[in-house]
Amino acid sequence: MTVAFWILAVLLVASAICVITAQKPVYSVAGLLAHFLFLAITYFMLSAEFLAVIQLIVYSGAILMLFVFVIALLSSGVAPFAVGPDRLPKIAAPAIAVIAILLGFVAYAVSREPAVKPSLRGIVSGPVGTAGVFGSVADFGHALFTLNLLPFEITAFILMVAVVGVILLAGDHVPYVPTRRRARLVEHDMREAIVRAGEE
Amino acid sequence: MHADLLPVALANYVALSSVIFFIGVAGVVLRRNPLIMLMSIELMWNAANLLFLAFARAWLNNAGHIFAFLVITVAAAEAAIGLAIVVIVFRSRANVDVDEIALMKG
Repeated sequence: MTVAFWILAVLLVASAICVITAQKPVYSVAGLLAHFLFLAITYFMLSAEFLAVIQLIVYSGAILMLFVFVIALLSSGVAPFAVGPDRLPKIAAPAIAVIAILLGFVAYAVSREPAVKPSLRGIVSGPVGTAGVFGSVADFGHALFTLNLLPFEITAFILMVAVVGVILLAGDHVPYVPTRRRARLVEHDMREAIVRAGEE
Repeated sequence: MHADLLPVALANYVALSSVIFFIGVAGVVLRRNPLIMLMSIELMWNAANLLFLAFARAWLNNAGHIFAFLVITVAAAEAAIGLAIVVIVFRSRANVDVDEIALMKG
């Protein structure tokens, strides 16, 4: 198990570095796909079965495909993305300092023993998905639809807001006209048309 | 396996998650391509998720799973809106360099 964790850790970091160093966005997507696959395996090792599947379906299946579609849309027939000069020298020193401080804080935080050890009571071994086994889909669903029902419903609202926002941003723009004024405009156009027809 | 504690100590997961998170930060700060910046943001979301799941496993508490699920939902919404912004910016100008997009700068 320990060996598996370290192999996964190396692969996760390597694929993450691939994502940010790739010259073309498509290679970044490939690196991110590998990252998500390794992450799903890590989730399985943490017995988060449902989240591992969701990671593959939602992230690798939906979000990454969205990235691929946008890359395909934007790089067809037009100039590729700007690469630009390197920004590294300007920010290297403060960035390294901040990261060192934060990582030091993390190291300090995790070096302290937890005050209360988690108890293993009520946790049993069992096949995947069985209720009562930690991380099973049954337990996850039960927790999601009872105690956390309100946050779950709010995510539906968030997704709806996102969809409306995307349509407003990227859709074709029809200028907004209030209903009453639009009706008046239509009436005006019709009158003019009738008058024109009469003149002819 | 289910009845065991973590495969390795929790500190290792915290360290791994911080390293991935800072790789994401570096991607956002150093790269100028908005798509790669968005992907780096995804890296950061996932580093946070990994931490949620590791702590959930260590404390044998389902709440981390629920929270990671909500994070994935919000990340999906964020990616959709971010990509829509990239698309409309690209439509209005042929060049997508985030340093040249200073419309919102005060």
